Amino acid sequence: MSAISEEGVPRRQLIYRHRLVVRVTHWINVLCITVLLMSGMQIFNAHPALYLGQRSHFDSPVLAMRQAPDTDDNPVGVTTILGHDFTTTGVLGVSRENGASVERGFPSWATLPSFQDLATGRRWHFFFAWLFVANGLVYLAWSLASGHLRELVPNRDQLRHIGASIWEHMRLKFPRGDEARHYNVLQKLAYFGIALVVLPLLVLAGLAMSPGIDAAFPWLVDILGGRQTARTIHFVCATLVVLFILVHLAMVLISGVFNNLRSMITGNYVIQPEEKSDAR
Amino acid sequence: MRVDKGFDRRGFLKRAFVLGGTLVLAGCDQLSSADWFRRMLFRAESLTRTTQRAILGPNDMAREYSEADISPDFKPNGSIDPQDEDYLALSANGFQDWRLKVGGLVERPMEWSLADLRAMPSRTQITRHDCVEGWNCIGKWKGVPLKALLDQVGLKPEARYIVFYCADTLEQTLAGGAKYYESLGLPDAEHAQTILAYEMNGGTLPVAHGAPLRLRVERQLGYKMAKYVMRIEAVADFSAIDGGNGGFWEDRGYEWYAGI
Repeated sequence: MSAISEEGVPRRQLIYRHRLVVRVTHWINVLCITVLLMSGMQIFNAHPALYLGQRSHFDSPVLAMRQAPDTDDNPVGVTTILGHDFTTTGVLGVSRENGASVERGFPSWATLPSFQDLATGRRWHFFFAWLFVANGLVYLAWSLASGHLRELVPNRDQLRHIGASIWEHMRLKFPRGDEARHYNVLQKLAYFGIALVVLPLLVLAGLAMSPGIDAAFPWLVDILGGRQTARTIHFVCATLVVLFILVHLAMVLISGVFNNLRSMITGNYVIQPEEKSDAR
Repeated sequence: MRVDKGFDRRGFLKRAFVLGGTLVLAGCDQLSSADWFRRMLFRAESLTRTTQRAILGPNDMAREYSEADISPDFKPNGSIDPQDEDYLALSANGFQDWRLKVGGLVERPMEWSLADLRAMPSRTQITRHDCVEGWNCIGKWKGVPLKALLDQVGLKPEARYIVFYCADTLEQTLAGGAKYYESLGLPDAEHAQTILAYEMNGGTLPVAHGAPLRLRVERQLGYKMAKYVMRIEAVADFSAIDGGNGGFWEDRGYEWYAGI
């Protein structure tokens, strides 16, 4: 590692960063969320439009992906978001499948299965939804019992210095030394937000689309604003999960991909010594 | 420059990424059609059914809405204009010759005309129609509770499922279409909101929505709600009927228990 040669005297510290339950549930989550996102896009493609309220207002979707009318010779994909049209040929609305341009919401490479097959997409989705929920409950129960959950809650001091933390992250300077032993404020907010707000809401909105669940718990679909709003919330939460993953992966790559991967596999993480003031 | 060495690292990584991705996707597509894997995925359905049956009481009702919530543009789906000869003949004279036959594992097989059904006590409900595709509409339905008919014919103790045979052929493949059919377990067949509807939104049930008679099963998805119902049969199991999975869409991979 470069820090060793630069500093001359290595003062790297190996710490045990991620406990077993966190590591195992993390990788099960990777599998589940990948399958759920891709099969979710397959399911979405069966009717690639979102609405608000208790029913579908077919003439006023908040989001729709389709082929523009009268473009059969040279298909044009259009995505409509809140009344604004965007040309998205090749990715959304119209994309290539088996060498031909066809009308479909999300492209073939993003869906599971790759070909249009709602029935199989649902089978994948519900199987891995069960696994995802079971895995999530294990994680939450363990986090609550072990005190791990408290590590995800930022303290007042951290929140007060959130501006400085954002500035450091923007300059791609990451905590070293003792500070690196704990999640920093941005990590806490991101993990707390995704694990305790976005993902639970995503599951509840998914459940609210089930007519059986709605008969058992009518309040669920009501507090979410109706079944079509629930479907939209499910989609928006899934989009937030994708954004989280993109930032998460970028951070993993930038802040030492080998060290990060090792810590999520073996639990061990190397802390770099704090930089001296004259270092750079 | 790296290009001089004949090795373009960025290009190599990109190709490796695309190749890897393609292999994973192809693998997933293979899994999607592998028997053992489908059997594993399909197990989730029993878990869903068992769980929902456990939390869903027999008297838990699907939400009923007000007149103001009714969809002005209720979307018809599946068959919307059957061209089957028998059906066209029946429809030509306003279904006067149509009879609903109820038989199978019952004490007294019976049949009803549309006028007979209309003369029976009815139930009217404004409910949500959740299509498996993700959209839903709200409509008002009037019809005879299925339980009233089942009580009249008297189910034999070994009867476990109620099968609905329909008039419409739904074209699916070049190999030819198949007649629509569906089936329900007794908990849903005997539910108060499970009706055979002959009216929609205050008027005669339109052909697009299943005239002369369609099933409403409000705690499940739209494909369970067979349209153009001709005959009802009580059975002990449905493995010998058509594809053996209990319904047209079930034979094409969809869940028999469609509460999700």
